[in-house]
Amino acid sequence: MSKRSIVPFGPQHPVLPEPIHLDLVLEDEKVVQAVPSIGFVHRGLEKLVEKKDYQEYVYVAERICGICSFMHGMGYCEAVERIMNIEIPDRAKFLRVIWAEMSRIHSHLLWLGLTADAFGFESLFMESWKMREKILDMFEYSTGGRVIFSVNKIGGQRKDMDDDMIKMFVKLFGEMESDLRELTNTFLQDYSVNTRLRDVGFLTKEQAHDLGAVGPMMRASGISLDTRKMGYAAYPEIKFEPVTSNVGDSYARVDVRIKEIFQSIDIIRQAAKKIPAGTVDVPVKGMPDGEFMMRVEQPRGEAVYYVKANGTKFLDRVRVRTPTFANLPALLETLKGCQLADVPILILTIDPCISCTER
Amino acid sequence: MTIMKFTKSVIKNLFSKPATRVYPQEKRIYPERTRGHVDIDIDTCIFCGMCQRKCPTGAIQVDRNEKTWTIQRFSCIQCSSCADNCPKKCLKMGNSYPEPSASQTVDIYQKKEETALKAAE
Repeated sequence: MSKRSIVPFGPQHPVLPEPIHLDLVLEDEKVVQAVPSIGFVHRGLEKLVEKKDYQEYVYVAERICGICSFMHGMGYCEAVERIMNIEIPDRAKFLRVIWAEMSRIHSHLLWLGLTADAFGFESLFMESWKMREKILDMFEYSTGGRVIFSVNKIGGQRKDMDDDMIKMFVKLFGEMESDLRELTNTFLQDYSVNTRLRDVGFLTKEQAHDLGAVGPMMRASGISLDTRKMGYAAYPEIKFEPVTSNVGDSYARVDVRIKEIFQSIDIIRQAAKKIPAGTVDVPVKGMPDGEFMMRVEQPRGEAVYYVKANGTKFLDRVRVRTPTFANLPALLETLKGCQLADVPILILTIDPCISCTER
Repeated sequence: MTIMKFTKSVIKNLFSKPATRVYPQEKRIYPERTRGHVDIDIDTCIFCGMCQRKCPTGAIQVDRNEKTWTIQRFSCIQCSSCADNCPKKCLKMGNSYPEPSASQTVDIYQKKEETALKAAE
């Protein structure tokens, strides 16, 4: 056995947009163990429920993450709405689906770009973010914000999209689709990309199940689970099947996410066809009392919102279990046995969002 | 697996317009809904203080006696909560974002006294 050495990885590292620290135990160039430590960007957002009332907390909830900000706000609102037995109008439910799927596309494109950057394909990174920029513009056009949208509220949505706007978005996505196809074909078929992605970071179906992986990480290992299927917002009325792959390596995770982009475009098309007319919010009366565990499917996987209310305007507790947190054990498993040079790309394939994880 | 898969995109990019704007010459056109900053029409304001109560960050201070409306631009998160709750609709969201500054910008708006206005007439 060769001599073991420990190489620190992060919290500052060129491929990491956010700080996570790993102590990599190496035997020569091979990683035998990885010990993570997080806690570099803790902001105490869960504690803020004691200072902000339950309606103001929507603004805090959507600031948990800058990429899935819409879904964080939505998850929190859905939880409080279920505690208070509020049935939001159908139009608001469909709007939530459209904006959530737009977030998913933009998040996956961002991730594709970062992955391309991690394996050193700068122009592919630029190309992905060029696409993403169009979606950010669509967000600004419809919600008024590029990153923080502030359109969720308890009891519905704060802004409506008129039919012309929805039609325009569907048309724009239609135009984007061919460009996206070209872009993603580079990821899936290019020789240099394939050599970096294929046959590294295997996670078997059993491991994914036992370690509690979520989202694309889990689906790339062959488990067909999607929290959207549990039926929140207008998802029960949308036809889709979770995208899965049976391979379980880095390439499979790229493949699953790329297919999810096209699936999301399809969901937006379906939602645009089915969206009913009407109001987008209902008045909210009274204070929440009770507790609820809400699960939503974010781009990175399943997020869990636990909200406990006590009948006053301040909540007792909000707890967010974010997808990256659930994927960390799976990441450590994939790192075992890989080469040191593959560590950055493997960390990126779980789509880490550390500021979510630490809140 | 093929090599040079990206070449098509590269050639396309060579002969197409740049994706970015030539910034200082070409100013950005904001969409109508962009929430950049809060604008107040101070003459219609009744100083009810609703915006101050609804502001999640406490960026707005309303003084009924002095008839002043104060906003800390750097505390404002542009959530549009004040504009949505304003009973007189004198608050609205402007498009442009606040200018960068070395110190925290505080804007104070004061309503001209009606008596003073009358005296001036």
